[in-house]
Amino acid sequence: MSGEIEHDQGDLWEVFIQEDDNAPHTHAGSIRAADPEMAIQNARDVFARRGKAKSMWVVKSDHIKATTPDDVAPFFDPTADKIYRHVQFYKHTLDDELWKKR
Amino acid sequence: MSENIANLEEQFNRRIANGETIEPKDWMPEKYRKQLMRLISQHAHSEIIGMLPEGNWITRAPTLRRKLALLAKVQDEAGHGHYLYSSAETLGISREEMYDQLLQGKAKYSSIFNYPTLTWADMGMIGWLVDGAAIINQTTMAKCSYGPYSRALLRICKEENFHKKQGMEIIATLIASGLKGKEMVQESLNRFWWPTLMMFGPHDTNSPNSAEMMKWKIKLKSNDELRQRFIDMTVEQALEWGLTIPDPKLKFNGKIRSWETGEIDWEEFNRVINGNGPCNHERMGARRTAHENGSWVREAARAYEEKQRLRNISAA
Amino acid sequence: MNNPPQLFEYLIRIADDRLILGHRLSEWCGHAPLLEEDIALANIGLDCIGQANNLYTVAAEVEGKKRSADDIVFFREAVEYKNLLLVEQPNKDFAQTLVRQFLYDSFGLLYFDALQQSAFQPLAGIAQKAVKELRYHFRHSSQWILRLGDGTDESHQRTQEALNSLWRYTGELFESDSLEQQLHSEGIAALSSGMKEEWDKIVTEILNKATLQIPSSEMHQQTGGRKGQHTEHLGHLLAEMQILQRSFPDIKW
Repeated sequence: MSGEIEHDQGDLWEVFIQEDDNAPHTHAGSIRAADPEMAIQNARDVFARRGKAKSMWVVKSDHIKATTPDDVAPFFDPTADKIYRHVQFYKHTLDDELWKKR
Repeated sequence: MSENIANLEEQFNRRIANGETIEPKDWMPEKYRKQLMRLISQHAHSEIIGMLPEGNWITRAPTLRRKLALLAKVQDEAGHGHYLYSSAETLGISREEMYDQLLQGKAKYSSIFNYPTLTWADMGMIGWLVDGAAIINQTTMAKCSYGPYSRALLRICKEENFHKKQGMEIIATLIASGLKGKEMVQESLNRFWWPTLMMFGPHDTNSPNSAEMMKWKIKLKSNDELRQRFIDMTVEQALEWGLTIPDPKLKFNGKIRSWETGEIDWEEFNRVINGNGPCNHERMGARRTAHENGSWVREAARAYEEKQRLRNISAA
Repeated sequence: MNNPPQLFEYLIRIADDRLILGHRLSEWCGHAPLLEEDIALANIGLDCIGQANNLYTVAAEVEGKKRSADDIVFFREAVEYKNLLLVEQPNKDFAQTLVRQFLYDSFGLLYFDALQQSAFQPLAGIAQKAVKELRYHFRHSSQWILRLGDGTDESHQRTQEALNSLWRYTGELFESDSLEQQLHSEGIAALSSGMKEEWDKIVTEILNKATLQIPSSEMHQQTGGRKGQHTEHLGHLLAEMQILQRSFPDIKW
């Protein structure tokens, strides 16, 4: 039976939804569709049927390059000790003082 | 090499014990992957097959409000099947393969959906009992160790809240409308009670993979534990409604403050699981027909996409 | 508005269109060619039945006979239903369903767009919400027509057949009878006869793109839905839809 019937469910797409103004697009899940227009329609029906969406992106899953678990240490560990990238590193307080006076 | 695997497995077990979440690209034992694939695809198939017994009443729903709620509910089941297929796909099995397994009768799905829906009260009963049982299972499993499954279940639990409520509303309304309505509910309860208890699966003593699955946190409570939680909750509700649980051996054990039931008919359970329940053939037939009739549509969608792609290339 | 029976009759027509079309879509639930399409067709069906529900509720108030929306839906006979013949045609296959939907959506969008200006506020309010939904329905059905028409030989043939068999019910969309004209002159109703040209333009553009042949304008057109003269399909649909209310009139659901 599997020989004759077309199983093709379409390509895999990743869906990103922005729920509010100013909010980032966040990953909602994935859907199947043969082309971009159907992908965005399907994404709407599957992930936005309870309302809450301002904007939506779909991108073919195989167009996403992701880190692998082996990348984790070399990619992300070094930033942890670069404290000068974080606001707490700086002791200058004039802004805070002015703010308190307002 | 094998030493390396042993190392990885030890690391993996430690991560699980620490309550870490396993993500698709992380190393995992082959057996963990296989068990999860089986578990999630069975759950997905159950959602899809589960659309049929309720779908059976959409066109006959007795009021507009009920019709809207039922259609939305069955649609949610399609959506939930969708989330679950997607999360199973992260383990390296395609939706096509899972469909193939289902349509060839190689995959299992929840035995409850092989029972027919014969009256409108069954729509209430499925919401109250079947969704009630499913919610107990799913809220527990939402804490499982595999990220994509856990996230799918969290979403499902959130959306499924209204399913059980609408079922209970149907039952309460029928009971309140008089003797005839109450009879309809009782008759339905008589048919659905035992099959619902079977949903939780065999006794722990007969559940071969349980220990390992518990260690890996892809099972968090035992079948009997979850079943008992369901019984204690549901019997109280039935009594409140003045309904009779169809179990002459049912009695309250005051010492452990828990309800004791008679024995489940495991012969029936095995018969249904192995393809000979009242509706197995109809359910599989309906899915096969939908799949076969849809074949030309899926081909058309693919063919159009290819044509468009070629057109775009020649236009560029 | 000075004439409740007329306004009631008019509201019922539009409500019946939406209910019967939504009912047909709901029949697909669990049987669609793709899981994504199960969800999409259910969504559109829910929109249709939801709009119908709102329209019946307003109609029941206008009528003032203490009938509820459900009374109107579940206790009328086929000859009392006033929907267009197009919407009651059976689903048959995905091509028939989508062609029916496309032919209706392209009309419904124009019609509800005009109704947004209705002097009868409740109707204008319902139309404003419905137009948004219909825009999406039209997008869905017209995109499918492109794919089915310009997909494979088989899909093209099936879609062409569907078009040939359903085209005979499109003339009725643009019949403005004396009731519609009367209510239009009062600023309440939309005038469908004035929308034919725009509809032709929209439909022709999509069908051409989909490489489908538009059936001859000479084709005989079936009509009668607005007078309760239906095809035989409606009776079966209603028998199924109304069975519980009719079998157990004493039970509350």
